[in-house]
Amino acid sequence: MEKINVTMTVNGKEETLSVEPRTLLVHALREHLDYTGAHIGCSSSHCGACTIDMNGKSVKSCTVFAPQAEGAEILTVEGIGSPDKLHAIQEMFKEHHGLQCGYCTPGMIMRSYRFLQENPNPTEEEVRFGISGNLCRCTGYQNIVKSIMAAADKIRDEANVEKKEIA
Amino acid sequence: MDDVKTPSREERKSALSGLGTSRKRVEDARFTQGKGNYVDDIKLKGMLFGDFVRSPVAHARVKNIETSAALALPGVHAVLTAADLEPLGLHWMPTLAGDKQMVLADGKVLFQGQEVAFVVGDDRYAVADGVSLVEVEYEELPVVTDPFKAELKDAPILREDIADQKEGAHGARRHPNHIFTWEAGEKEETDKVLEEAEVVADEMVYYHRTHPCPLETCGCVASMDKVNGKLTVWGTFQAPHAVRTVASLISSIPEHNIRIISPDIGGGFGNKVGVYPGYVCSIVASIVTGVPIKWVEDRMDNLMATAFARDYWMHGKISATKEGKITGLWCHTTADHGAFDACADPTKFPAGFMNICTGSYDIPVAYLAVDGVYTNKAPGGVAYRCSFRVTEASYFIERMIEVLAQKLGMDSAELRSKNFIKKEQFPYTSALGWEYDSGDYHQAWEKAMKSVNYKQLREDQAKQLQLFKDGKSRKLMGIGLSHFTEIVGAGPVKNCDILGLGMFDACEIRIHPTGSAIARLGTISQGQGHATTFAQILASEIGIPASDITLEEGDTDTAPYGLGTYGSRSTPVAGAATAMAGRKIRAKAQMIAAYLLEVHDDDLEWDVDRFSVKGAPEKFKTMKEIAFASYNQAIPGVEPGLEAVSYYDPPNMTYPNGAYVVVMEIDVDTGVSDIKQVYALDDCGTRINPMIIEGQVHGGLTEALAISMGQEIAYDEQGNVMTGTLMDFFIPTAWETPNYETDYTETPSPHHPIGAKGVGESPNVGGVSAFSNAVHDAFKPFGLTQAHMPHDHWRVWKIAKDLGLHS
Repeated sequence: MEKINVTMTVNGKEETLSVEPRTLLVHALREHLDYTGAHIGCSSSHCGACTIDMNGKSVKSCTVFAPQAEGAEILTVEGIGSPDKLHAIQEMFKEHHGLQCGYCTPGMIMRSYRFLQENPNPTEEEVRFGISGNLCRCTGYQNIVKSIMAAADKIRDEANVEKKEIA
Repeated sequence: MDDVKTPSREERKSALSGLGTSRKRVEDARFTQGKGNYVDDIKLKGMLFGDFVRSPVAHARVKNIETSAALALPGVHAVLTAADLEPLGLHWMPTLAGDKQMVLADGKVLFQGQEVAFVVGDDRYAVADGVSLVEVEYEELPVVTDPFKAELKDAPILREDIADQKEGAHGARRHPNHIFTWEAGEKEETDKVLEEAEVVADEMVYYHRTHPCPLETCGCVASMDKVNGKLTVWGTFQAPHAVRTVASLISSIPEHNIRIISPDIGGGFGNKVGVYPGYVCSIVASIVTGVPIKWVEDRMDNLMATAFARDYWMHGKISATKEGKITGLWCHTTADHGAFDACADPTKFPAGFMNICTGSYDIPVAYLAVDGVYTNKAPGGVAYRCSFRVTEASYFIERMIEVLAQKLGMDSAELRSKNFIKKEQFPYTSALGWEYDSGDYHQAWEKAMKSVNYKQLREDQAKQLQLFKDGKSRKLMGIGLSHFTEIVGAGPVKNCDILGLGMFDACEIRIHPTGSAIARLGTISQGQGHATTFAQILASEIGIPASDITLEEGDTDTAPYGLGTYGSRSTPVAGAATAMAGRKIRAKAQMIAAYLLEVHDDDLEWDVDRFSVKGAPEKFKTMKEIAFASYNQAIPGVEPGLEAVSYYDPPNMTYPNGAYVVVMEIDVDTGVSDIKQVYALDDCGTRINPMIIEGQVHGGLTEALAISMGQEIAYDEQGNVMTGTLMDFFIPTAWETPNYETDYTETPSPHHPIGAKGVGESPNVGGVSAFSNAVHDAFKPFGLTQAHMPHDHWRVWKIAKDLGLHS
């Protein structure tokens, strides 16, 4: 099948890929760009293991064609923190045992990343609803919810510190 | 010098992060940053992909397979069929249960989704194109989906390959679709007790077919290096060493030339114990093409073809005195094994440990018979988050207890309490032959009843029932109780093996000169956090901080031989090996310390992280000093270095147990259940890492919730899989999942070196009964005795309708 060029910004870096038009975004990210954080659990949008951030929205990258991401700003779990400075959500997942096998984790973290921007001060119920598109088979969610609530606190605290510093 | 504070004993102990510490997991740094290394992340130079053409029908002759159109596609390199595998003797493969299974359809197909041809191509897309172009001509045959019809005289013969064999792997066969009959206990005596009993409850209890469905499906990358003659296979293997041995036996490649690597595994739950056609075809394709081959099943493949669980029809009779003292238990199980008997059970146990079905109760006499039959369904019969049919056994007895209590007109909590094996009876030999190592069931039960305020719950329930009867509410309250006893940690080599391989496990430890260490085990974590917890066991044994101990598993070229991780065997077996290897290290360290301190070995005592001279604690050598000395000093009579290996053959299984309570409210008109409370008390013996135990319990309870309340692999009469995607196969989201209260008692295993029993599967074993019993309990006042799982909304609505509750 004839290939086409697709250009997108992934984790702040502009990338141009030559792919078949039918290539799924998750395969483009994992196999063409080696961002293997997003995982494939169902290929049908049910499990959310492939969740990434695209143009400021959570997207299940297993049901988006790579060409649909032309010109898009993509953020994957590899782009939200660094080994020296983890993102608050990553830190809180570690702190509160919010993961076990780790397979759902990148998708869960990326959904939480967007969710906490949509709702920085959520109730437990809102967190549970907010991540209900992401399945986990190991944790029973209780510690994931705890991690996200703790991350929300941490992010708010950090923002307050920044505000104070600016003031 | 005075201002340098000498750390206290407690401080030194705490610095180790050993046993009993809620140590944060070392695995999480890579997983939270998307740097896990799962099989689908592996990318090798020149790697091609493979995928299957699968049967759309459940039973048919394969008249012809036309591959030319697929082969004509530019990206397709090869299409393998049974005819290609036959010269290699690989068109069939042995199963773990002593049967054999087609790798690719050999003349016929026996279940929907069965592997028919293997297409190899440049990438997933080219392969998918190729798969769609392979044309298979099927001649459909009559289908058997009902296990009770499998042995009818005129039933279609499914396994023509063994139709005439009167003797199977587990004794005599009486019908071409009969696999085995397995018995335990005393038949005549049990019959007699039942006949003469004051009260007998008789019920059919069905534990439906379901699937482990880990979030990561099964897959592998096979790479045959023709230059060195070495085959390396990365794969989702819960038992990498056993896979190596099996691969060697069926491929004739010498075992030292096979390297099996289990990288990070995205959940297993029993799904990844077996050997699947995808592994065999990938290996053959790599040998044929000379390049690495990746095969990863998709979710439909996974649910349709690899590793179903349960599907046990358990007919039970339980007898008691009028006062509620249980006198006997009888069980006949019809086990639907699908098209090939691929159960992952120890060889001598074709029905796993179903004979733990006397549960937590002191039942004087019992009899169990299990008939395994073939049907046109996928093979499997794996232990989905349980030890070999323990979940089925536990569900059976916990339902029978409820049914008996109903018949006696007695509260089931009281009936349980009246019949528990007493603390002083341990070690306790059950009527079906197991020796329970330890437990204090009354203590656990009383703690649970008190914690949930059982009396108050029953009062609330009665009030709610009155409101319902008065027409003021359409909701009923159900209280589900369960007390379970597991049997895990398979197992003693004397009675536990898989394909002749004894079920011991192993740990090898190497202490580095600067006092840090690496330990390797024969198990493999799939989310249980072995790298965290086994380092804790070791830290307490050898006095090196857990953070200074690297733990490795899953590479058969480096790890010592072990039978892998399933059936909650890692802590009971490999955990024991870890402690024993640690003790060998310590024994040698003691000799080195004695030399350095110029005293006799016996004059030293172990003190957290050091050996000190008895009566003179200021004279000591730390493990760190001893480690260095082992590398830089010539010590008479002692070899240099500090290493140990232990192969541990457990003397007995371990018997974790627990008491669970589920409270739910059921809307009679919609069948929707609202879980109000889940309380789980576990006794897993010595607790290694409470944080991880709690996480395991949360996860296991959620799988129990899924199974009892909606998850199933359903077939229609033609053998079509009705629940082959996550649209139909229920996995609870965060929205449906409640919060859990966890609790514990601690009764150490007397035979395990650190007293640990295992916990990962307990919540699934105890949870299913508790959820299901809650549903039954809600409708008990209206005469419901038994309603089969899963209790999805429709089925619960149907219970209410059939009881005449929808006016």
